[in-house]
Amino acid sequence: MTKFGIGQPVPRSEDTRLLRGAGRYTDDVRMPGQKVGYVLRSPHAHAAILSIDTTDAASMPGIQAIFTAADLKQAGIKDIPCVVPLRVRAGTTLHMKHRPVLADGFVRHVGEPVAFIVADSLYQAMDAAEAVMVDYDMLDAVVDTAAALTHPAQVHGDVPANLAYDWEKGNRTATDDVFARAARIVRLDLINNRLSANPLEGRACLAEHDTGADITRLTVGSQGVHDMRDMLAGIFGEDRARFHVLTHEVGGGFGMKLFCYPEYVLACFAARKVDAPVAWTSSRAEAFLSDDHGRDNVSVAELALDTEGRILGLRADIIANMGAYLSNYATYIQTDGQTKMLSGVYTIPAIYARVRGVYTHTQPVDAYRGAGRPEAAYLVERLIDKAAREIGQDPAAFRRLNMIPPSAMPYRTPLGHVYDSGDFAGTLEAALERADRAGFPARRAKAREQGRLLGLGIATYIEACSGGAPEAAELLVKPDGSVLLLIGTQSNGQGHETAYKQVIAEVLGIEPDAIAMVQGDSQVVKTGGGTGGSRSIPTGGAAVRDGAADVISQARPVAARLLEADEHALRFEVTDAGGGFAVTGSNRFVPFIEVAAAAKPDADGHVFRGKGKYSPPSNTFPNGTHVVEISVEIDTGVPRIERYTVVDDFGTVLNPLLLEGQVHGGIAQGMGQALLELIRFDTESGQLLTGSFMDYAMPRADHLPMIDFSLRPVPCATNPLGLKGAGEAGAIGACPAIINALVDALADHGVTHVDMPATAPVLWRLIHSAKAATAA
Amino acid sequence: MYGFDYHRPTALADVVALLIADEDAKVLAGGQTLIPTLKQRLAMPSALVDLSAVPGLREIVAEGDGVRIGAMATHAAVARNALVRAVLPGLADLAAHIGDAQVRNRGTIGGSIANADPAADYPAAVVALDAIIRTDRRDIAGGAFFTGLFETALQPGEVMTSLFFPAASHARYAKFSNPASRYAMAGVFVAKRGDAVRAAVTGAGPSVFRWHAAEAALSARFSADALDGLVLDAEGLNSDMHADAAYRAHLVGVLARRAIA
Ligand SMILES: Cc1cc2nc3c(=O)[nH]c(=O)nc-3n(C[C@H](O)[C@H](O)[C@H](O)COP(=O)(O)OP(=O)(O)OC[C@H]3O[C@@H](n4cnc5c(N)ncnc54)[C@H](O)[C@@H]3O)c2cc1C
Repeated sequence: MTKFGIGQPVPRSEDTRLLRGAGRYTDDVRMPGQKVGYVLRSPHAHAAILSIDTTDAASMPGIQAIFTAADLKQAGIKDIPCVVPLRVRAGTTLHMKHRPVLADGFVRHVGEPVAFIVADSLYQAMDAAEAVMVDYDMLDAVVDTAAALTHPAQVHGDVPANLAYDWEKGNRTATDDVFARAARIVRLDLINNRLSANPLEGRACLAEHDTGADITRLTVGSQGVHDMRDMLAGIFGEDRARFHVLTHEVGGGFGMKLFCYPEYVLACFAARKVDAPVAWTSSRAEAFLSDDHGRDNVSVAELALDTEGRILGLRADIIANMGAYLSNYATYIQTDGQTKMLSGVYTIPAIYARVRGVYTHTQPVDAYRGAGRPEAAYLVERLIDKAAREIGQDPAAFRRLNMIPPSAMPYRTPLGHVYDSGDFAGTLEAALERADRAGFPARRAKAREQGRLLGLGIATYIEACSGGAPEAAELLVKPDGSVLLLIGTQSNGQGHETAYKQVIAEVLGIEPDAIAMVQGDSQVVKTGGGTGGSRSIPTGGAAVRDGAADVISQARPVAARLLEADEHALRFEVTDAGGGFAVTGSNRFVPFIEVAAAAKPDADGHVFRGKGKYSPPSNTFPNGTHVVEISVEIDTGVPRIERYTVVDDFGTVLNPLLLEGQVHGGIAQGMGQALLELIRFDTESGQLLTGSFMDYAMPRADHLPMIDFSLRPVPCATNPLGLKGAGEAGAIGACPAIINALVDALADHGVTHVDMPATAPVLWRLIHSAKAATAA
Repeated sequence: MYGFDYHRPTALADVVALLIADEDAKVLAGGQTLIPTLKQRLAMPSALVDLSAVPGLREIVAEGDGVRIGAMATHAAVARNALVRAVLPGLADLAAHIGDAQVRNRGTIGGSIANADPAADYPAAVVALDAIIRTDRRDIAGGAFFTGLFETALQPGEVMTSLFFPAASHARYAKFSNPASRYAMAGVFVAKRGDAVRAAVTGAGPSVFRWHAAEAALSARFSADALDGLVLDAEGLNSDMHADAAYRAHLVGVLARRAIA
């Protein structure tokens, strides 16, 4: 272990520039002669477009061009595709409705792009937008997830009952059998509330067309440039070499910036047409109307138990809101993304899940921090808690009884994941101890004296990370021994630069200052899988380590020459003084820097080009336990989190500072979902009701106490660095732990469930109506 | 935003003259409400007449047994002013909890009161303390100033210059913040001057109002338990996605007790 290597709390090298305002975000980039793009959006949730007249608007001052669906059609621009195929239930039909770049014939959600106006200034564009005459014939709208299947309003004329897909997983017959002979069936109806990601930095893009090279360059706040480039190429029906995608600093993505949005296609299209750079920057109001949303499920969950309280089976019937069109990965999130995790940390012999995706007159819904795994953990951990209460068992004891023991690893769940490692009961025990559960009754009694109902909630979560695509890393070494890392993952603020430098420092023994990173450039970096599903450090980190090891291999012959020794006799050593080659059985040593200086540079001036590639053999499975104490003020229903304890197993720790930051942020986000956040549409008009921070409540610092965070790592057996990933964990454990705690607080009032967000008026009413019921 | 003219006169008379000459012109104070409205193109004034260069409008001075606060005094200035803290600590405390630090450093008491947002905090203090609002042409009693949703007794072109708040033996504000905006979902200001008690409620209705039943009970006995059994009628209170009228009515009761304790 070295000072800057793996496991060290190295401060983020990004922060110096970011905190001083020297970061370069998309909207900081300015091109000479750049124009402004502005989207005219639908004011209606559902309407037929009878006509669009841009004549007056086009002749207004500063207007370069106005584009509608007709222009795109003429140019052969395709819809933005949903790229995940889906095998639906036998006898049912999959209805893939891809997202149009501009509405063609119909608008299907408030905020849907109708026309793109390119002007010299934003205000000129806005003036022109007001002068575009769109003749709408308004139609009925449906926004509600549960209602979509039976509502008379139809989002797409050829999609009966608004059913995008009807999908299943698991053995239905076997599961039904288990339920038929169960001693007890526990049922829970629950809603996973719709959310907006609301990153600090909104979406933005800047497109320019290089006529000479015939390449369109898009600078965009993304979570990976290569997928974005390929998506654009497909939509334009052109070779991907004609698109160059750049991403600079990104101020938060949370999944929402993975996707290709209409504005990006429009900016590229317009830049070519008007022969000038075209920039588009979302306002906060537009963000609420145009960013993909997250979650939005309505589920019925059931658990079958034997007489001793052992779990026999789990059934879930999930309705998932897709919005009006399928976003890039929409078909995955609530199908495999969610249901594959329905085993949780428990031995559940039989699992069956059915998921119906429904279209509504709302903007598309796609991945949001956890992308299905938080939904699964919420369903499982709420159901487990309810089951324990129903059979009168202690929720911790009930969990313990049903947990997969470490001796069962690797453990194959009925839905096909193979958990490589984990000591679930171990983290549960550790968390209960740190949370001083023993002292809880006394704290509860004291709170009661102060007019507050105190509850304790537990959630033992597991999630799947780092699956899917391989990642490659290239390390270019200069004669001065400095390293340039090229990698196709994309930091959205997590601190990848710091983390990767640590991996390189660990292997090569060089100082972080001698390492630089290039990400977010689809030309310089040849391939990349982007950032999502906590894959960057486990997958990217492994590739970086591989690349660094390749550098050592390339340096070895040079070192052998310098040391006048046989290559096989050389050992690469890393100490606090740095890295270098030593001759076994002697004190002869040559520092890496000297080896680099002695090597022959190639045409680009690099002495070594280390290449690493890592294909994850399977997912990794971070897990842990959250224990929350929350009090509810009897007078007002106001919930207050009193204590928050979390014990996680993330496998090997790369940087404890970065890790704790991820956990804190995740918990804040999960707490936001549990207590505050909800996207609401008017059920009649389909208008967005929570269109600004005046009505959409975000988590704030004073909502959380200090978080007691600790680790109980079990190294990952399938990742070469032992890493499991940690990007979503906080957001996954927080929701069920908080709601379990609230139910515990209100259990004496007859409360068995409360949906998220559990706001003060909702909680007050639960206490109040229970009171009335007892009195009666 | 749409285009508009911008004026920054240095005398009150010039402000008034500009406003009289152009009925679509608007006064600009801290801009914390007006500028966002313009940015969203929800208003289209022909001109903004900025008060920031008019002398004397920010002063906070003792007057009689009370305090006179200039219309352009920011929330932050009121919150930390030694005189206000000594005479009416409850008012300073109210100002200290408006919005966030940036809003308090720009937003003004005159702007807040002229705007008459049903969820704003200051109106409760103005009504409960029966402040006197001074304009370029007259004095208006606090109790008569707020006439409805975003409506006041100010005439077109009338400019507020200061407010006089009388001292009170008890003056305290209790607020329940909207979880999103942190404006008042309900707020109650209770003031006791001599034997008279006033309880003014903001956030719960279309405009600030007095809870007369509570005032009567508290005038008889100034103690939180004097309110026992009293429930505000939910009829006519605000119901929205954040809270229904019944919850707001209940909150007013809770807050009134807190404003006494
Ligand atoms: C994020 C945020 C949070 C907020 N939270 C709260 C809160 O918790 N509680 C709360 O009470 N308020 C809150 N506010 C509102 C804030 O207090 C504003 O400062 C206030 O409403 C308006 O004051 P201003 O000085 O900014 O006025 P401006 O925005 O400049 O003007 C507002 C209106 O008053 C008129 N006006 C201004 N001054 C005068 C005058 N002297 N005479 C006649 N007319 C005048 C203007 O023409 C305009 O119509 C918040 C605002 C923001 C942006």
